[in-house]
Amino acid sequence: MKQLLKQYRIPLLLVLIFLALSVFAPEVAVRSSRKVGEYFMEMILIIPPVFILMGIMDVWLPKDKVQKWMGRGSGMSGTLLALVLGTLPTGPLYVAFPMAAALLKKGASVHNMVIFLGSWAALKIPQLLVETKFLGLAFTLARFALTLLMLLVTGYIMQGILGKEGEKHWLPDETDEMVDPMKKMRMEKKTL
Amino acid sequence: MTTLIIIYGLTGVAFTASLIHSRQKTKRVLKVALMSFGKTGASLLTVLGIVGLTLGILTPEKISALVGADAGFLATVGAAVAGAVTLIPSLVAFPLAGSLLRAGASVMTVSAFITTLVMVGFATFPLEMKVLGRTFAILRNALGFLSALVIAALMGVIL
Repeated sequence: MKQLLKQYRIPLLLVLIFLALSVFAPEVAVRSSRKVGEYFMEMILIIPPVFILMGIMDVWLPKDKVQKWMGRGSGMSGTLLALVLGTLPTGPLYVAFPMAAALLKKGASVHNMVIFLGSWAALKIPQLLVETKFLGLAFTLARFALTLLMLLVTGYIMQGILGKEGEKHWLPDETDEMVDPMKKMRMEKKTL
Repeated sequence: MTTLIIIYGLTGVAFTASLIHSRQKTKRVLKVALMSFGKTGASLLTVLGIVGLTLGILTPEKISALVGADAGFLATVGAAVAGAVTLIPSLVAFPLAGSLLRAGASVMTVSAFITTLVMVGFATFPLEMKVLGRTFAILRNALGFLSALVIAALMGVIL
């Protein structure tokens, strides 16, 4: 009970803020509640398949393959793969966080996951079409090129900080205990 | 809508394939999915609350007023902050950015707003931290914010 309360203290705090707003600034409270409703509908539709997809990745994706395709030794082709996966039309960024975590656990490099998240956020194909329509082709192309450049730089910096020992101790353990220890051992042998 | 079709289609195909190959492993898929969902539940609610609050306070009109027709460094930083704290779909954001540009905002300001809007997520930060770890989330968002300022400055020079 106590732990549950601790886990949910921020949502509870937000409820209090909403209550305070409904007394002192009812207009804002109404607008905010409406937005919460909108995004709740979006999340409740998107979240279940995303977590199932994450589970499928966790169970089925072979570690040695992910390491080969998107790991530290994957070079240009790994980065390109991360970029292409990110630009596919696949929904809001919060969908990508669990995917990136699953790939990181399977051996994808920090650099490539930064590219993956960044292109998912900023370089999505449908988004680029809307951008061209409202801001023009020159603006869109320039922003695309510069964003890609900065993502590569960010990737190198973060790889340097987080990827030093090759250990991912900074990554929260969500599903590790779910992995069958025998299988884990087999996998580790394979990658050696 | 297309997003939903793609995600459900992809998940449906992958899940069916998983079921055909191994019921045992599919059970584990569901277990992993449920456990991760249970652990991120609180962060998801936090994201919802923050999104609601920021969008309730920062309406598109207020963002326009804030970003305004001013040019210059301060306006750019202000636009970058406004972009970082809001989470609005690109279908709303790009028309807004276009109208700001026509109203006299500089390319630099509008680029800063668009870039932090998509790359830096204040509202989704609790979720990102929960799933990818505090260090990763802080670094990604901080470097994204700095990148946005660099991108904005270069955009101002190019265009």
